[in-house]
Amino acid sequence: MRMINPNGAFEPNAAAEEFLPYLDRLTEADHRRFYRDMVVVRKFDTEAANLQRQGQLALWVPSHGQEAAQVGSAYATRPQDHVFPSYREHVVGMIRGLDLVDILRMLRGVTLGGWVPEEHGNFHLYTLVLASQTLHSTGYAMGMQLDGSTATGNPQTDQAVIVYYGDGASSQGDANEALVFAASYQTPQVFFLQNNHWAISVPVARQSRTPLYLRASGFGMPGIQLDGNDVLATFAVTAKSMDDARAGHGPSLIEALTYRVGAHTTADDPTKYRGAEEMAYWVARDPIARFRSYLESRGIEQEFLDSVDEEAADFAADARKRALEITGPEQSVIFDNVYAEPHPLVAEQKAWLERYEASFDEGKN
Amino acid sequence: MNAVVDTSVASASLPMTKALNAGLRRAMLDDPKVLLMGEDIGPLGGVFRVTEGLIAEFGDKRVLDTPLAESGIIGTAIGLAMRGFRPVCEIQFDGFVFPGFDQITSQLARMRNRHEGGLIMPVVIRIPYGGHIGSIEHHQESPEAYFAHTPGLRVVSPSNPHDAFWMMQEAIKSDDPVIFFEPKSRYWPKGEVRFGESGTPLHASRVVRAGTDVTVVGHGAMVSVLLQAAELAAAEGISLEVIDLRSISPVDYGPILGSVGKTGRLVVAQEAPGFVSVGSEIAATVAERAFYTLQAPVLRVSGFDTPFPPAAVETHFLPSPDRVLEAVDRALAY
Repeated sequence: MRMINPNGAFEPNAAAEEFLPYLDRLTEADHRRFYRDMVVVRKFDTEAANLQRQGQLALWVPSHGQEAAQVGSAYATRPQDHVFPSYREHVVGMIRGLDLVDILRMLRGVTLGGWVPEEHGNFHLYTLVLASQTLHSTGYAMGMQLDGSTATGNPQTDQAVIVYYGDGASSQGDANEALVFAASYQTPQVFFLQNNHWAISVPVARQSRTPLYLRASGFGMPGIQLDGNDVLATFAVTAKSMDDARAGHGPSLIEALTYRVGAHTTADDPTKYRGAEEMAYWVARDPIARFRSYLESRGIEQEFLDSVDEEAADFAADARKRALEITGPEQSVIFDNVYAEPHPLVAEQKAWLERYEASFDEGKN
Repeated sequence: MNAVVDTSVASASLPMTKALNAGLRRAMLDDPKVLLMGEDIGPLGGVFRVTEGLIAEFGDKRVLDTPLAESGIIGTAIGLAMRGFRPVCEIQFDGFVFPGFDQITSQLARMRNRHEGGLIMPVVIRIPYGGHIGSIEHHQESPEAYFAHTPGLRVVSPSNPHDAFWMMQEAIKSDDPVIFFEPKSRYWPKGEVRFGESGTPLHASRVVRAGTDVTVVGHGAMVSVLLQAAELAAAEGISLEVIDLRSISPVDYGPILGSVGKTGRLVVAQEAPGFVSVGSEIAATVAERAFYTLQAPVLRVSGFDTPFPPAAVETHFLPSPDRVLEAVDRALAY
């Protein structure tokens, strides 16, 4: 399923036809926003990788190449929806209202989380054990059904869940159990599978002998594969799937074909396992260049494109500045919030550590 | 379907299965956010019938017969708890908890901490555990140490119907995840359940038989073994003080240290293998805190450090009253 071809021409294929009406929801301003967000997050992504190289972050998880899949799907959600990311969906968080520096806090090692989902567009915390979040999202969607927050017939208030995972995570038991539970309870939920072709160094062919979207039918839900580097196609399909979920038509699976242009994380070295030819193929299908060509074919003014580049540079510089200002928490964070209710062992150890560390100060007197 | 337990009376003699059922029912009546999830817990009432009749009374939106997938049960319970529900998950047998172990230890136990206190995880995981029922592999395990070792979890185990009724309700009221180990060999013996008062907080240990010579500590099904041992010892003029641990994490050391202060001798008994076990932890802590009052080393009586054996030889594996008394004799010989 594709709407914009790799050269940026609007050429919906046959599979795209039923989704074309969803493009009517988009205004010229939305198109500009899509482009702006993709450019901004790529610049941010580069800056974050630099910060890691300079020792300012423990790790960075690049999203370079996956911007269209993420931006298109994120704009298909409504404010009342809940979003369960994996750990690479930075721009989804930004679109839902998250300050991207909050993500850097986690990667700088000052928090295990970083934000309050309900205060940031219901964008839930990153989950680092692959596919664990698929089950949480399914349970959350079951809760929407049980408390009557979905399928009431009001699209302005009916809720749904979108969960992000990848081709590697699709092999995990949890991802498969989540699909079983979702199908069984007909949860209001979209499984958004970004197939970026690589699980660190292992190609998708090792994960599956069949296109991943075909697995959906085995679980008893609709599945569709789309060109994940086409932001309009991604938006349209996700909008329909989320509408269906909110309306009580059950879960579905979207496989967005995209490519992890960068490394898995800054600890990875992709030159050891993949070739320049493959990279060239995908760089030629770059989601931002493609959408830029599309906008240019529709007569977007150069000033806008330049202003976005400028805004992205400012955004990244601001993120860098604020990232460097992040300070560590008090040591009490070790003990706080392990339990909601008092716990004698934790309380005892907290008091002990305070006494122990204070004893060094006494020695200085 | 059996009749619902009448809890409006002062007390009743019930097996633990019925006491747990009554505790679950009262929790569900008290709080509409409480829901039950698990395999075969609906019309069948669970393989041990603990949830019998509850789907008929509360419907299939409060009692969820789930797909057969333990990680799925725990993982979706986490999502439901995020949404404001208080799920009570049944794991069918002790040995079947491990497919859900990652969700329990990597997710459930850490979720509040990861959210910096921004949410609560009021999930109860019920696990029938322990031997003495002559069953097949994976059906007689005592895996409580794995969970006690995991920060963020609370771990409890009632030894009798009265505690089962009250501890179940308190576990469900807890805003922290509670692993609730049900000693399956104690499911059927009846005991008095007093419906008007709980008597003891969830995480309190309790002296269940006073004595003066040796303190013996255990939890779950082991408590009845210790009480039998105390009877036998009394006939020989040896007075055992028996403590029911009730809570495995955290451990309430007050009554244990109080008792050891009196007897100077401690034997800790458990069905689980002894290496890196709950008994080891208690032995170490008592040695640290009560060294000068001890008149003998703290001794452990445990299952052996082997897989749970074929049922035909389980009586040789499981600590018996005689094995407890052998340790008592050794403690007294110092």
